[in-house]
Amino acid sequence: MKSETKQLLRGTEAIGESAVRAGCQCYFGYPITPQNELTEYMARRMLEENRVFLQSESELAAINMVLGASATGKRVMTSSSSPGISLKQEGISFIAAMELPSVIVNVMRGGPGLGNIAPSQSDYYQATRGGGHGDYRTLVYAPASVQELADLTYEAFDKADAYRIPVMILADGMMGQMMEPVTFKTKPKDPKKLPSKKWALGGSKGRSSRFIRSLILNPDLEEEHNWRLYRKHQRIEEREVRFEEYNMTGANIAVVAYGTAARIAKAAVKRCVDKNMHVGLIRPITLWPFPMKHIYEAAGTVKHFLTFEMSAGQMIDDVKLAVEGRAGVSLYGRPGRVVPTPAELSRVITRTYNKIMKDYE
Amino acid sequence: MSKVMKKRKPARPSTMKDAVTHYCPGCGHSVIHRLVAEVIEELGIQDKTIGVPPAGCAVLAYNYFDVDMVEAPHGRGAAVCTGIKRGNPELVVFSYQGDGDLAAIGTAEVIHAANRGENITIIFVNNAVYGMTGGQMAPTTLLGMKTTTSPIGREAHREGNPVNVCELLAVLGGSAYLERTAVNSVKGTIRTKKAIRKAFRTQLEGRGFSLVEILSPCPTNWKMSPQKSWEWIDEVMMKQFPLGVIKDTGKGEA
Repeated sequence: MKSETKQLLRGTEAIGESAVRAGCQCYFGYPITPQNELTEYMARRMLEENRVFLQSESELAAINMVLGASATGKRVMTSSSSPGISLKQEGISFIAAMELPSVIVNVMRGGPGLGNIAPSQSDYYQATRGGGHGDYRTLVYAPASVQELADLTYEAFDKADAYRIPVMILADGMMGQMMEPVTFKTKPKDPKKLPSKKWALGGSKGRSSRFIRSLILNPDLEEEHNWRLYRKHQRIEEREVRFEEYNMTGANIAVVAYGTAARIAKAAVKRCVDKNMHVGLIRPITLWPFPMKHIYEAAGTVKHFLTFEMSAGQMIDDVKLAVEGRAGVSLYGRPGRVVPTPAELSRVITRTYNKIMKDYE
Repeated sequence: MSKVMKKRKPARPSTMKDAVTHYCPGCGHSVIHRLVAEVIEELGIQDKTIGVPPAGCAVLAYNYFDVDMVEAPHGRGAAVCTGIKRGNPELVVFSYQGDGDLAAIGTAEVIHAANRGENITIIFVNNAVYGMTGGQMAPTTLLGMKTTTSPIGREAHREGNPVNVCELLAVLGGSAYLERTAVNSVKGTIRTKKAIRKAFRTQLEGRGFSLVEILSPCPTNWKMSPQKSWEWIDEVMMKQFPLGVIKDTGKGEA
């Protein structure tokens, strides 16, 4: 696909094309709605590029294939949707413990259980708290446009390599299916010219053999390993936080939303601003690390934070942690399948705004 | 000690680290490790081999094999091998798995790896019991055999039947070489090494999926002397798990 020119792409295709451009050498996946177009796109494109595509027998197998390929230093990706991501958690925990770079796409759907195939944001806890067993984190990006899906997927591979950590693209059914113009800003990377990974396995030619493991039976060494992971997580918290602000100067109320919800929120906030309300939007782009410091600082002037999530309220916990009681925090949640319109949300914001401002009068 | 005697003392293969294993006295793992290491040395593939140890007694195999290794979650050896081999067809890839790892929790992975004809080798150690966790029932536990989770003996109607892995994989299109051997005798150990060599050669020739199932003693959990456990393999285990080449596409099916 051509660079620099605008083209109309579906979200899932933008992820796939961006992965190819980032030099993704292996893709392993198992079909699940609503992300099948990504798996299908990779089937076609990886074949064209003479790279590895494999449809696995399960999500468990796919994530463990990711583990194997990543251990040899390959750039590797898998994708799925909520129930499938639950299955992958075993492997993600191992991958995090073994510090293997990998990119994992979750095109979220309604849950719990099989739920439905409509867009949802109910995997926030799972994505931002590690997801599997043990004390670890994954770097989580929450794109809110097809262009951002493309940009963040491309970058995810670099971040995964830089920190030796699993990076998750947390999209949802609407992001995946939506078509928008996309420009690929950088030239495709040649996988053969990617920097070599000194820790990777590849046969012990010219060096002594090495192994990659997560089993550390010695409690002192296991504690040391955990603290080392913790320090890495701290570095990521210091350097990798990303968010977008809209109309936050002088805002009395800040809406906090990510991904699809943030798009709706932006349109709703615009409506409120048109009616002379001092309302702004904070859109976390990284969900872990979460923009804690920024929201804490905003709480110095903002009177109330209204989180809008397509769930029964998960990110709200992080907002509360960030605010540290310095301002009010409330939720407008729509779990299950219903995606509200900007008009609906603007009415919720208006109600909250009027109530808060009345309390302050 | 005479010079002759010194010469006869078996040297440690260059593919094994100078380490004392953690295996119990009489356990088959140490023998099988050595056989695999000898084959890797003899084939001259040490510097292009990647091994995948399981969860189970052999989890620490990377402390003994002097080749690159990466640990797999419990049962996922065949999937991890698939990822390595697909990304690096020039490497020789093997997993080392026990019966719980391969024939219970990892059944799906091994069946599909075999069916796709993944060009990998699996060393499958069948001792009819979960060793590391302390002697629970395995998918290969024999009927009537007592374990800590089949305390009055396995019965088909209650705990199901033993799984014959080689026969199960033989019907799949992608399996190229499947043999069952035992390490409860000198002859059996020599035969096992031949089978392991054949399995690695199958991979080197690019013929597809190869697996050697090795009946192996677990005196600790069988609560037998090492000697008795060797006899038990002959007298009991082999009736359920007959030895031989189960499939070899190299020279037509056996």
